[in-house]
Amino acid sequence: MSLLRIRNLSVEFATATGAFRAVDAVDQDVDTGEILAIVGESGSGKSVSMLALMGLLPWTATVTADEMTFDGHDLLTMDARARRDIVGNDLAMIFQEPMSSLNPCFTVGWQIKEALRIHLGLGRAERSRRAVELFEQVGIPDPAKRLSAFPHQMSGGMNQRVMIAMAIACKPKLLIADEPTTALDVTIQAQILDLLTSLREETGMGLVLITHDMGVVAETAERVSVQYAGQKIEEQPVSPLFATPHHPYTAALLDALPERATDRLLPTIPGVVPGQFDRPAGCLFSPRCKFANAKCKSTPPSPCGADLGDARCHYPLNTSERIAS
Amino acid sequence: MLNYVLSRLLTFVPTFIGVTLISFAFIRVLPGDPIIVMAGERGLTQERYAELEQQFGFDRPIVVQFWEYLTGVLHGDLGNSFVTKKPVWDEFFALFPATLELSICAMIFAVALGLPAGVIAAVNRGKLYDRTLMSTALVGYSMPIFWWALLLIIVFSGNLQWTPVSGRIDLIYYFPDPTGFMLIDSLASGQKGAFASAVRHLILPTIVLGTIPLAVIARQTRSAMLEVLGEDYIRTARAKGLSPGRINGIHALRNALIPVITVIGLSVGTLLAGAILTETIFSWPGIGKWMVDSIFRRDYPVVQGGLLLIAVMVMVVNLTVDMLYGVINPKIRKR
Repeated sequence: MSLLRIRNLSVEFATATGAFRAVDAVDQDVDTGEILAIVGESGSGKSVSMLALMGLLPWTATVTADEMTFDGHDLLTMDARARRDIVGNDLAMIFQEPMSSLNPCFTVGWQIKEALRIHLGLGRAERSRRAVELFEQVGIPDPAKRLSAFPHQMSGGMNQRVMIAMAIACKPKLLIADEPTTALDVTIQAQILDLLTSLREETGMGLVLITHDMGVVAETAERVSVQYAGQKIEEQPVSPLFATPHHPYTAALLDALPERATDRLLPTIPGVVPGQFDRPAGCLFSPRCKFANAKCKSTPPSPCGADLGDARCHYPLNTSERIAS
Repeated sequence: MLNYVLSRLLTFVPTFIGVTLISFAFIRVLPGDPIIVMAGERGLTQERYAELEQQFGFDRPIVVQFWEYLTGVLHGDLGNSFVTKKPVWDEFFALFPATLELSICAMIFAVALGLPAGVIAAVNRGKLYDRTLMSTALVGYSMPIFWWALLLIIVFSGNLQWTPVSGRIDLIYYFPDPTGFMLIDSLASGQKGAFASAVRHLILPTIVLGTIPLAVIARQTRSAMLEVLGEDYIRTARAKGLSPGRINGIHALRNALIPVITVIGLSVGTLLAGAILTETIFSWPGIGKWMVDSIFRRDYPVVQGGLLLIAVMVMVVNLTVDMLYGVINPKIRKR
């Protein structure tokens, strides 16, 4: 049985102009020690689905799912108190903006020790020892001294290391990294990704990497789930996904990678992700898809089989018939 | 830190001179002549008037009068009251503990109720708690102090007879007052019931004086909390699995306190202004009542000196608040 199992997860936000469906019938599995990447444009519901899992959505959100289990716990029926014992402990998350994700009024040492005290109940001396150990583990130089620093006294990369140290403080079974490198310099990005993958090796935790950077996906992930407008539209292990994408959106995303461009002009996907008011009746990608026909615009496709990466498309690409024809 | 305090103290100098000038001019701009007021209904002869004018120095040019006042102030001499002939300095510090005691109680009352009210309102944003607390705060803020005081007196002193109408303590108690703070002195005296009497005398003035700061603090805390609760680090705190009480009470409130401290500092000025009215209504023997009486008597030295000392108090409080920022907000702490 997988570590994390989500079936038919939907999230709706109550807005002044009616309900907005940010996540639509998403299934997701993560195994122990696995790296899953969730990719998609801004507004495709990547973060929201994971925030729903963590229970971090604002009160305007309504979360529904057929199943949402983590490590044998049913998160749907669990009360808030029991859930708080898991969140931050076995299930941890780091965020996009390290500079604003740490509390400016407390030292980083205080913030990391707080997690150790709340979940593990460690004594004062033990907390300090473990905090230094964690800082060493995430590669913060001079850890004992850094514990008394405030977040504004450190760089973004260092703050993200603190965030990671705080997230792995209680040896989580699953770490969700929500665009952990987006706000960082390119050189620091690579360091943080290396750190995350090496921590995975050391601790055997599962890792969910939310990103919109296909380069990051290719380097780090083992399995990739592509989301578009709140739906999961394709999921494949990383090398087949890059070699034979089945959904036209995945293919278009890959074509837009500068590394893959053959022309002088970089191919782009015209238009934007549909919002609350321009949601198409049929396939959600149909307004931007170069293969779309009348059927695509009228009938929503259901996922194809597992052999086609569960692609939500009437006419999946790279099938054997297509290659034959 | 020492440099910071010194540089701030240096900025006191122009403020100090300005306040001296304003307090000097203010009382002289008011119509009425102190000598005529002193003479009362009997009046006095032309010769006696000229004599007194010369004695008080009113016959000399106003600039000279101001210069003499200013040099006096710089030597620590605020002059003597026209009425009691006693030094303003001594009178002020004999009465100031009463005002300070009332102001401290009012501030504690305002902070102790205002902070939790603001936090509760912010956490329950848009719900019944929030609406009730905030509309109550608005009513409290807009209520005229004298009307509110009279209302409380009618209900609690008049109808219910729970609290005394005026004064600091029942007249049956008499004891030495080394500190001037009735709560401390009554405890130290060891007389049975004296402390309880002092407390009962304090309740209504405290509520009346603390109402406006309470409303301001509650509303400011609410809006600061609302802003902080939307920050990324609050999401991080929730992702750590912390309880809502810990998130709101420690992670959010600590950040929300930064703007609230400013408001608390500014409220001290309001408090001293409010004290004048409150003390007059409750016959509280503090500097507020003393100042009002002196204005009616055209007691120039008292009004000038009192205003100056109050202004210095407010400046010192604001300096303290600025230094408190460093404690609360690590970003501006000197490294």
